[in-house]
Amino acid sequence: MLEIKNLSYEVQSEDGRLGILRDVSLTVPRGKFVVVTGPNGGGKTTLARAIMGLVTPTAGQILWQGRDVTGLSVTERAKAGISYAFQQPPRFKGLKIGDLLELAAGVRLSHDQQCQYLTRVGLCANDYIDREMDASLSGGEVKRVEIATVLARRAPLMIFDEPEAGIDLWSFSQLTRTFKALHEEGDATLIVISHQERIIDLADEIVLVSKGKVAAQGPKADILPQLMADTVAGCSYMREGGN
Amino acid sequence: MDKTEWKVLKEIADLEKTPQGAYNFRLNGQLDDRKTTEHIDIVSKTDKPGINIIVQPGTKNESVHIPVVLSQTGLHDVVYNDFYIGEGAEVDIVAGCGIHNTGCETSQHDGIHVFHLAKGAKVRYVERHYGEGPGTGENVLNPKTEVYLEEGASITMEMTQIRGVDSTVRDTVCVVGPGGECIINEKLLTDGAQRAESNMEIILDGADATGRVVSRSVAKGESVQVFRPCMTGRAKSFGHVQCDSIIMDRAKIKSIPAIDAQDLDAQLIHEAAIGRIAGDQILKLLTLGLTEEEAEEKILEGFLQ
Repeated sequence: MLEIKNLSYEVQSEDGRLGILRDVSLTVPRGKFVVVTGPNGGGKTTLARAIMGLVTPTAGQILWQGRDVTGLSVTERAKAGISYAFQQPPRFKGLKIGDLLELAAGVRLSHDQQCQYLTRVGLCANDYIDREMDASLSGGEVKRVEIATVLARRAPLMIFDEPEAGIDLWSFSQLTRTFKALHEEGDATLIVISHQERIIDLADEIVLVSKGKVAAQGPKADILPQLMADTVAGCSYMREGGN
Repeated sequence: MDKTEWKVLKEIADLEKTPQGAYNFRLNGQLDDRKTTEHIDIVSKTDKPGINIIVQPGTKNESVHIPVVLSQTGLHDVVYNDFYIGEGAEVDIVAGCGIHNTGCETSQHDGIHVFHLAKGAKVRYVERHYGEGPGTGENVLNPKTEVYLEEGASITMEMTQIRGVDSTVRDTVCVVGPGGECIINEKLLTDGAQRAESNMEIILDGADATGRVVSRSVAKGESVQVFRPCMTGRAKSFGHVQCDSIIMDRAKIKSIPAIDAQDLDAQLIHEAAIGRIAGDQILKLLTLGLTEEEAEEKILEGFLQ
């Protein structure tokens, strides 16, 4: 189980202290599939990065499997079973995709195993295992390799940050099947930041994060209408249908 | 050769025993062992130190190993090796020099190599430079390489210096004939107070000549690196120079690539980049459970792979 208690993250801006996360509390039971959604700039990515340890919160606590991980380093959290697929993954000159998958898995992988991870993100292993993770790959390809590295880790907590961004329609279908299968296996706790209805459809629960807070939490049927209302209500131009 | 010298040989030529094919081992400025084959002859020079390596026309799938090991501190070894590769021959040449310095004096090896590739000949040249030893004396390697490619001849040169060389000045010149191709892959890592300078001149001298230089380097500690690759197009030709460096600690890197077109149809490109390891690369590897040191090591290992 993942428990987030009164988490805050503030930065110094020209107008004083700015709250990116404001007193966020959230519980994700083991084996659940939670989609975190909400308007851009609402704090979703910061929340995910804080769980992974990439952002140091200014207040609050993060507990994973009953252990307080707030003070742990990124490496320690990774070893404790937390994994995170970056929204904008880095590229590596010279490092091959096969090497990266092995680093993620922490063991040598057979060709078949590498193939499985890449197939699950819609990449043909023969074309990619020996390719460098460099600028010759498109944004969508890098994104899919990134997801494959998290699959290869087989961590009990997997966080995916907008996995659909930049991915073509066919691969997206493959990706939704992969998420569905992961969830059905029941071992992993999944947190996916997404705006895609087909991913939202797979979730046990939706968490709406807006203005640095959990604005709502519950099943899809309850949350989606609220999300639409929030987006439109905040802007008079949109409220009037653009007229 | 003793145990230490074989260990050095393993580093530079990946050899644990005498190799298949032709070879010439040079140890502390003297011939240590030699073998020739039906198609590859190795002859000592009479006017100066060094050897002539003669590969007969049409030789296929053969290799020549010519490693040099210095284990005597204070030795300044200069050697002149000339390679004559016959028409249509295809060979691998494994060179390289390793120094094991136990003393306080400078050990230095200057390998002066000249390659003559006849029409259609094809060479893969692998050169590794390496230094080690408990001594305080400097390990210095100053190789000079000249390559002349006749029509349709090609050479791929893999030149690597990974550890323990305190000072190096590398001079490489390649003149590419019509339809010929010169590919140079250079890899360099310096640390501590080491200095490395690499000067290259690729002259595309005939129609449809091609030249490609890919240089990747890492400078750590307070080391200093200087690169001066120059690609000249004297005919309808294609040349590409790519220099990529990772800078760390208090190191200094200067990269001065040049392209020089002397023909309307010479198409020449250069790219050069110097930068530190990107923070998000480290962070990504931390999320895979690596420590910061392990992450850095993997990034450098991949970069210089």
